[in-house]
Amino acid sequence: MSKVTMTVNGRKMAAEVEGRTLLSGFLREGLELTGTHVGCDTSQCGACVVLVNGQAVKSCTAFAADLEGAEVTTVEGMANPDGSLGNIQQAFQDYHGLQCGYCTPGMVMSTAALLADNPKPTEEEVRHYLEGNICRCTGYQNIVRAVMAASGQDVGALAAE
Amino acid sequence: MPKDDGIGASTKRREDTRFLTGNGKYTDDINLRGQTYVHFLRSDVAHGRIKGIDSSAAEAMDGVLRVFTAADFDSAGGIPCGWQVTDKHGQPMQEPKHPILAEGKVRHVGDPICAVVAETYAQARDAAEAIEVDIEELEPVVDMKAALKDGATKVHDDLSSNLCYDWGFVEENKDAVNEAFNNAAHVVSLELTNNRLVANPMEPRVAVGDYDPWGDSHTLYTTSQNPHVIRLLMGAFVLNIPEHKLRVVAPDVGGGFGSKIYHYAEEAFCTYAAKVLKRPVKWTSSRSEAFISDAHGRDHKTKIELALDADHNFTALRTETYANMGAYLSTFAPSIPTWLHGTLMAGNYKTPLIYVNVKAVFTNTVPVDAYRGAGRPEATFQIERLVDKAARELGVDPIELRRQNFIKPEEFPYQTPVAVVYDTGNYHATMDKMLELSDYAGFEARRAESAARGKLRGFGIAHYIEACGIAPSNLVGQLGARAGLYESASVRVNATGSISVYTGSHSHGQGHETTFAQVVAEMIGVDANSIEIHHGDTSNTPMGMGTYGSRSLAVGGSAIVKATNKIIDKAKKIAAHLLEAAPEDIELKDGKFSVAGTDKSVDWSGVTLAAYVPHNYPLEELEPGLEETAFYDPSNFTYPSGAYGCEVELDPETGKIDILRFIAADDFGNIVNPMIVEGQVHGGLAQGIGQALLENCVYDDQGQLLSGSYMDYTMPRADDMRGFTVDHSCVTPCTHNPLGVKGCGEAGAIGSPPAVVNAAIDALHRAGHTHITHIDMPLTPSRVWAAMNG
Ligand code: FES
Ligand code: FES
Repeated sequence: MSKVTMTVNGRKMAAEVEGRTLLSGFLREGLELTGTHVGCDTSQCGACVVLVNGQAVKSCTAFAADLEGAEVTTVEGMANPDGSLGNIQQAFQDYHGLQCGYCTPGMVMSTAALLADNPKPTEEEVRHYLEGNICRCTGYQNIVRAVMAASGQDVGALAAE
Repeated sequence: MPKDDGIGASTKRREDTRFLTGNGKYTDDINLRGQTYVHFLRSDVAHGRIKGIDSSAAEAMDGVLRVFTAADFDSAGGIPCGWQVTDKHGQPMQEPKHPILAEGKVRHVGDPICAVVAETYAQARDAAEAIEVDIEELEPVVDMKAALKDGATKVHDDLSSNLCYDWGFVEENKDAVNEAFNNAAHVVSLELTNNRLVANPMEPRVAVGDYDPWGDSHTLYTTSQNPHVIRLLMGAFVLNIPEHKLRVVAPDVGGGFGSKIYHYAEEAFCTYAAKVLKRPVKWTSSRSEAFISDAHGRDHKTKIELALDADHNFTALRTETYANMGAYLSTFAPSIPTWLHGTLMAGNYKTPLIYVNVKAVFTNTVPVDAYRGAGRPEATFQIERLVDKAARELGVDPIELRRQNFIKPEEFPYQTPVAVVYDTGNYHATMDKMLELSDYAGFEARRAESAARGKLRGFGIAHYIEACGIAPSNLVGQLGARAGLYESASVRVNATGSISVYTGSHSHGQGHETTFAQVVAEMIGVDANSIEIHHGDTSNTPMGMGTYGSRSLAVGGSAIVKATNKIIDKAKKIAAHLLEAAPEDIELKDGKFSVAGTDKSVDWSGVTLAAYVPHNYPLEELEPGLEETAFYDPSNFTYPSGAYGCEVELDPETGKIDILRFIAADDFGNIVNPMIVEGQVHGGLAQGIGQALLENCVYDDQGQLLSGSYMDYTMPRADDMRGFTVDHSCVTPCTHNPLGVKGCGEAGAIGSPPAVVNAAIDALHRAGHTHITHIDMPLTPSRVWAAMNG
């Protein structure tokens, strides 16, 4: 066991980890930040996506011990300072981009990474970018709408072909 | 009434706030003091005899508390099956024991053999690797037809064969059906597979068992769609714990789609072991474990035939289906290929004679049970593929052939030859709406444009009916259900007027906390934000049957309406007393009680306060308080229906199919929250399109699961489909529930697979590949390419 310290959602936080502890486990069990979800064991579902030093990372693929000193943002850090829903979160609610909510933290964090890179993505780009995030509930259409809306684009135009 | 939270409003979901901020509370987020962790050592062979288990090395390892085997469950019952099907000879199905941990034999890859409990999850896993299990491998039974051959190896040595049941429906009609085929002008037939699927809710299953010696009571936290059902099955049949000593909590649940209906061995294990070890025991399934332990869905092989007269009227239909049960009977498995499938074989049509035969078969595979739609997708796929094939063979328009045979709007209620009575519907209207929204008239121009790019475009149609809102208890009892299927609600009005509703339904993505509050807000005329919906905890909700079979609003919502009506009746009596008027003269509008024709009134909170501070109150006639419970048992199923149109483009070079547009025109009766209904249809469509194009659960001939992870099992992703248009403006309200609502949760998954396959076949035929009459799902590029070039 060794102690690992990271800045998580702007606060310095520490927990004891084994060498094999994944970032997802460090967040969920070590720091009790259970917003980050685990949906698979082959790094394919994206439920666990967080931002590490600004980059989208599947937290089930990274060892916590390798990330000493990293800046991590999780879904718990996405609300506005006054506690109201942040821009991306609000768009997901407005456009019914979630049902059971299990994939949602990963979707929100992937969206944050996408919009940081590409502030006005096309529908095609959104769909392609979200390939690494599986949602079993929504059929994705409303997630895509939410992402487009969060980027300030008109979503009425989302239609066939 | 603020229009944004009553019936018919697309009220935004209140549950979203917690899910979007990481404050949801899923079962895996629950960690109890002193908690231990269990890891199940599972069989890696499909079929074998357990000769010996040596767990001594594991037990000596760091942190290990105990290793459990079947011997520890001598006094426990097996995992029960909740539905008994009677075969065509009037005999009960064969029902093998389903032990918590494998007894004597392992019967599928994933069958749990030992359970290791340790201080940490990692220690439990490490120790499991040190257990030596001596297994004599036996011939695996994988193929259903081979399983029924004389001399086939038996999955269960104590059963007479691998046949669970051979069901005929309606057996008495069989001769008349055969006669109709003999007299038919045309007979069309099709053999098809309904591919095996894995439900794959994104939250894997989790169970946390806790035992409290203070009250000798047990609590199980579990990822369930129906906590009361789990309490009843596990308490009464497996562990012998009476209900008052057992609490089952299903908190936020990350999707279910059927796979979280059933009582699973891991739940019983954690509950039992927590008492033995006097510490909480937690199990979190990995995704790999989910693939080999969650009940699978579908897996039917069918031959279906349709008889038509010279004018193309359907005169008879008969089918023979092989349905895979897997190694054990999961909770509702026997009912899926029978009562949820055979009763839907009339589809939307006036076929007068129908005979359905189903042989349910045990194999060395994971148990198979309901998955979104459950039986109805299988029925719809057969009928709608076959009607399409019939139109092609007869050289008629598939839309017209359907219209000609549709039950007409004026013919409802309609008694089908397969037991059910459709209460309402208007199939012509949904068909017209779908064709309008899909710009069917413009299809030819779009096809020509695709052709100019070397691509094949096709348009496919399916019209579905389904029976949901399961179900009248007395009816399902006659059909073999070992449970009632009513729903419950308690409405507790608090002193200051806020309202707590306790429902037996369970939400795992459906948004009940929002929609149920809309219903109560509309009825009483108060702000929906003053209403809280509670679900998922057997300690505070009345006994209810949970959420599946698109039943929550139709059955659970009706129970809420019933309880709320009782509240309103009593509140009116209190108001009458306060206003010195007769109860018949009291009107409730916008949260205010008034005496008809006067300006005398008292508001909602005035009445609720009087109920709890009964100083000025008719105590001789009326009890204080304002709290009512209701149970609602439906008198029939609800019958949503709809027309689905799918437009695809097929690349002849690769065989790849792209969905370009998908139009769903559904009749769900009245709608409480259109936004949520649309979301339910989207999700169903994605799963149905996934079945048609991508998903396939495959075993090799040794019973090894080849599609055991997201690397091999193709889940639909964001760029696999697009262009959903969903409409629910065609409304024929359900005639027998108070809201006039029908279920909407499964429709998308029921109606879409045949629409997709019909579209693909249409594209191929229009391009001259008329020898291709069918391709089995999923229509992967390699299958399509092989069909074109084979
Ligand atoms: S849990 Fe990390 S990708 Fe699935
Ligand atoms: S909302 Fe349930 S998995 Fe996406």
